[in-house]
Amino acid sequence: MIQKFLRKLGKPLVKFFSSLGELSIFIVRSVANCFLPPFYLRNFMRQVMDIGFYSLPVVGLTTIFAGMVIAIQSYSGFSRFGAESAVASVVLISVTRELAPVLSALMVAGRIGAAMAAEIGTMRVTEQIDALTTLSTNPYKYLIAPRIVAAVIVLPLLVLIGDVIGIYGGYVVGVYQLGFNPANYIKSTIDNLEALDITTGVVKAAVFGFIIAVMGCYNGFKSKGGAQGVGDATTNAVVSSSILILIFNYIITGMFFSK
Amino acid sequence: MSDTKIKISNLHKAFGRKVVLDGVDLEIKKGESLVVIGGSGTGKSVLIKCIQGILTPDSGSILIDDEEVVGVSEKEKEKLHAKMGMLFQGGALFDSLSVWENVAFGLLENKKMDKKNAKMEAIRVLRQVGLAPDVADLAPSELSGGMQKRVGLARAIATRPEIIFFDEPTTGLDPIMSDVINGLIIESVKGLGATALTITHDMASARKIADRIAMLYKGKIIWQGTVKELDKTNNEYVRQFINGSSEGPIKVEV
Repeated sequence: MIQKFLRKLGKPLVKFFSSLGELSIFIVRSVANCFLPPFYLRNFMRQVMDIGFYSLPVVGLTTIFAGMVIAIQSYSGFSRFGAESAVASVVLISVTRELAPVLSALMVAGRIGAAMAAEIGTMRVTEQIDALTTLSTNPYKYLIAPRIVAAVIVLPLLVLIGDVIGIYGGYVVGVYQLGFNPANYIKSTIDNLEALDITTGVVKAAVFGFIIAVMGCYNGFKSKGGAQGVGDATTNAVVSSSILILIFNYIITGMFFSK
Repeated sequence: MSDTKIKISNLHKAFGRKVVLDGVDLEIKKGESLVVIGGSGTGKSVLIKCIQGILTPDSGSILIDDEEVVGVSEKEKEKLHAKMGMLFQGGALFDSLSVWENVAFGLLENKKMDKKNAKMEAIRVLRQVGLAPDVADLAPSELSGGMQKRVGLARAIATRPEIIFFDEPTTGLDPIMSDVINGLIIESVKGLGATALTITHDMASARKIADRIAMLYKGKIIWQGTVKELDKTNNEYVRQFINGSSEGPIKVEV
């Protein structure tokens, strides 16, 4: 009875730790291969276009609406104690520190993490990854390193753009809907602008980029069993990277702001 | 130097509790074309992947050109792969690249050939496998199954490997196209003077390609010999397999 119970408990536990170990080995190998030649510039550029350029509309829409909502919410909330004038700085802080990096990363995880898992997973089940190996090309260098490096570089850039668009969203609502004076709104935004707000957002973005690429590639790389396997890989990539993004968001925020 | 290209001794590989290779012994001579036959799921693919170093065997030894390849470093493996070419069952063409880039992949990435020469070489090899130069710029997905097989073959031989592996080269093709591919395989292997290892369960193909045939059953090589010997053998397992009968010593596990 107890033995049976322990067995039931043990099996998923062993499985959990073995996949944790597998993931760790994968990360070490992938990161090592990011720094070792040969480098596949063409693959890297393709990823920069995919992750960066083609994500712009999604990130733009996400951050502009986030900024707009924050403006309305903080206005209605702060009016209770007559602090409406803080709207501009609240928009600034929440967009740069939290909304732009987290929401952009979650959107990119859905877009890019899924695509990576699906593409690499399909390559796995159709033996294209074995084919790479037999053509003496290291799949870590050819497939995974370009994706990780591109994501780590590009996501911060996306977030910087998202910062600007999000703050602009707040400005539009503040000025045209809530009746702020444009000059005052801009002035209070600039006065409250601190380097730390931007830096933390950018640091977060780089970490999130790493998470998205690693989880996308890892799940694709180890997928098996045809179309269903690739489907599972895609789901796992998006779910796991989204959750990790939220967890690491808390950890990084704690590192920067808790005293 | 001996004339043995690949020597496999007492090779074991299991996945969890499932034993796939249970002491395989096999020798392939230089320039020989060996075909390994056996039912589905008998570990034929695993055998090839062990030789290529994609899978690491649990125990046993594989010598290529008298050098041990089990357990060598990644770097050594890459060098080893430069000697090998492989035609995959499903083609395994890179769908993000055009046909000629697929064929020239090894030339571009490893032999550092420049683009123009690599493309010319790719077109030459494509012609060798019976494809017109105008398919070079198409995407692999635009080709029929038979054409994809030809492109896969072209990619496998483009780097002029010493050893070529063929994984079920005729699966999914009609009998006539199968015969065309078989012909091309013989031509390209002999043309390069390469050593070939084919795994298949298509007996017509095996008879045509093979210098020698070996049968894999339950993780062991249970029989080997020439095509002539194949027809005379009294081995019940082999007889059942080549006659395609459900009755005999081989029980199909359902």
